[in-house]
Amino acid sequence: MPTDRSHRQPDEAGAPTTHGATAVAVPSRADELRDRFAGLDRVPGVPKPDPIVVADHVTRHFGGMTAVDVDHLEVERGAITALIGPNGAGKTTLFNLLTGFDKPSTGTWTFEGRSLSGTPAAKVSRSGMVRTFQLTKALSRMTVIENMRLGATGQPGENLGAALIPGLWRSREREITAQAEELLARFKLDTKRDDFAGSLSGGQRKLLEMARALMSKPTMVMLDEPMAGVNPALTQSLLGHIQSLRDEGTTVLFVEHDMHMVRHISDWVVVMAEGRIVAEGPPQSVMNDQAVIDAYLGAHHGTDLGDDSLLDEAEPAPGATDTTPEGTR
Amino acid sequence: MDWTRILTNVVGELVAPTTAAYALAAIGLNVHFGLTGLLNFGQAGFMLLGAYGFAISTIAGWPIWAALLVAIACAVVFGLVLGIPTLKLRGDYLAIVTIAAAEIVRIIGRSTALTDLTGASSGLRGNSYKESFQALSPFPDGNTAIGPLEYSNNSSNSWWIRIVGWVLVALACLLVWRLKNSPWGRVLKGIREDEDAVRSLGKNVYAYKMQALVLGGVIGAVAGIIYVLPRAVQPDSMGRPMTFFVWTILLLGGAATVFGPVLGSMIFWGALLLIKSVMRSTVPAEVMGTQQIEQFGWIVVGVTLMLLVIFRPQGMLGDKKELAINAH
Repeated sequence: MPTDRSHRQPDEAGAPTTHGATAVAVPSRADELRDRFAGLDRVPGVPKPDPIVVADHVTRHFGGMTAVDVDHLEVERGAITALIGPNGAGKTTLFNLLTGFDKPSTGTWTFEGRSLSGTPAAKVSRSGMVRTFQLTKALSRMTVIENMRLGATGQPGENLGAALIPGLWRSREREITAQAEELLARFKLDTKRDDFAGSLSGGQRKLLEMARALMSKPTMVMLDEPMAGVNPALTQSLLGHIQSLRDEGTTVLFVEHDMHMVRHISDWVVVMAEGRIVAEGPPQSVMNDQAVIDAYLGAHHGTDLGDDSLLDEAEPAPGATDTTPEGTR
Repeated sequence: MDWTRILTNVVGELVAPTTAAYALAAIGLNVHFGLTGLLNFGQAGFMLLGAYGFAISTIAGWPIWAALLVAIACAVVFGLVLGIPTLKLRGDYLAIVTIAAAEIVRIIGRSTALTDLTGASSGLRGNSYKESFQALSPFPDGNTAIGPLEYSNNSSNSWWIRIVGWVLVALACLLVWRLKNSPWGRVLKGIREDEDAVRSLGKNVYAYKMQALVLGGVIGAVAGIIYVLPRAVQPDSMGRPMTFFVWTILLLGGAATVFGPVLGSMIFWGALLLIKSVMRSTVPAEVMGTQQIEQFGWIVVGVTLMLLVIFRPQGMLGDKKELAINAH
């Protein structure tokens, strides 16, 4: 990606140059959220003005390993919150716990004031929190439109008894199809309507999965690495979709590795490392937090990783390492 | 070689009650495997339970509709018992549990402790339970010939059982067609493709899989009744080979299609009889005896199944395009 080096220019996030049409609508909502977040302390677990998700003491152990150990986390309603952290930080595990795809060792959390801890995944989804997956789960041997229809709720024909009598579900099916076609048009997948989902490209599958998740009109969408494997042209349109979701009032929580994207669209950033939340803050400043630099970017932040002198550093005997770190920074 | 006789026999096999019973069992398995992706390797267990349920309650003096309900109830209970512990786990576990459970049903059925109820390994004689079924026939006694085929109207291997069997097959096809093209069928298809995706869209995957398992099992139990009405309830003739024949039929015709199981059953039994009859009249007895020809027929079936899975995995009626895209 050409944007790799952009983390050196934090200002860029405030000025979306390539964004075209959506950029006009964005600032108002984004600015409003920026003001709302401005007064918050930048510490892990800081209380939010209007949280939609509140989690307490959530832990998940795999054998002796602690994958997630979150003391307190609040996610603001109607904002785009990014969850970042190095590989193995526990981001996806936390996602799985919150959406009911995994069971925590300890902990409780609420969604819109109702407790969701221990609720099965399907019920979590029905309560309005819908997720996507890191590895796209397009239903390959079903057509694009059938994928979309499956995402809808309130179809009486999904009951075995009612399925036998088309009169009971035909009208709802027409509504669902109309809604699906509208979403497909928005995600530029309308030309693929009757193709098998397995014939779509990786990026199109990501779009389809997101569109399918929106069929149930969720109050909160959880996107697990929505940009992984998507080409830059599609990235722009995915970013636009996520922002317009937020502008329509949907809460978005997403896991992402692409720092450029995080800075570009998120209103608040939560940083995880080794299962814990190590920092929170607005995207413009959180990357300067010392804990984040240490945990996420490593001690070599700011040094040129192509510099040969870094290799020399690995040479000294183990006993000598105590004295070197301060000096190399 | 007497071609007229051989072809007449083959045509007779196409509409035989056994062919109908296997078609019905494969339709049930199609609900499991074709629509939902459940690996049920115990369809013979559902069939045997249906047969026992029907025969034993008829012998006990119950009317035919009550006996039918008993058979269905047996399949429902068997489906629940199999499904509750396994459907939350990965698909392979269901395969292991069903193959074992079907064997358990057969072994319990043939155990001497139950001789009074099931007749143990010698089974239940057909005449002890088929009367109430034959009494329902609207036809007068006697024989009827249609074209080259001539059967009795009502007794054992009759037109009456053929008519009932194939009407049930037609009804089951209609049912599967209706469900397959309904939102319920769409959820099943989604589960077949990726359970977690369907779960993330708010569907109770476990409940859907259970419904599919029970529905397919009930169709299997009815198939078991059709299978035993012209003969006897013989636990040892309804073991693992029966399950594998049903699988062969389903894959031959095409899984996830409406008429695949019906076509598969007709071709399976028709071709088997054709091969055996032709060989019996052409291969000299010194080269291959009748007993060996019988076994050779099954070898041909096995080789055919291998070739089928390699060269035409979608079956005769399946959609190649649907299969060409590898899931995941």
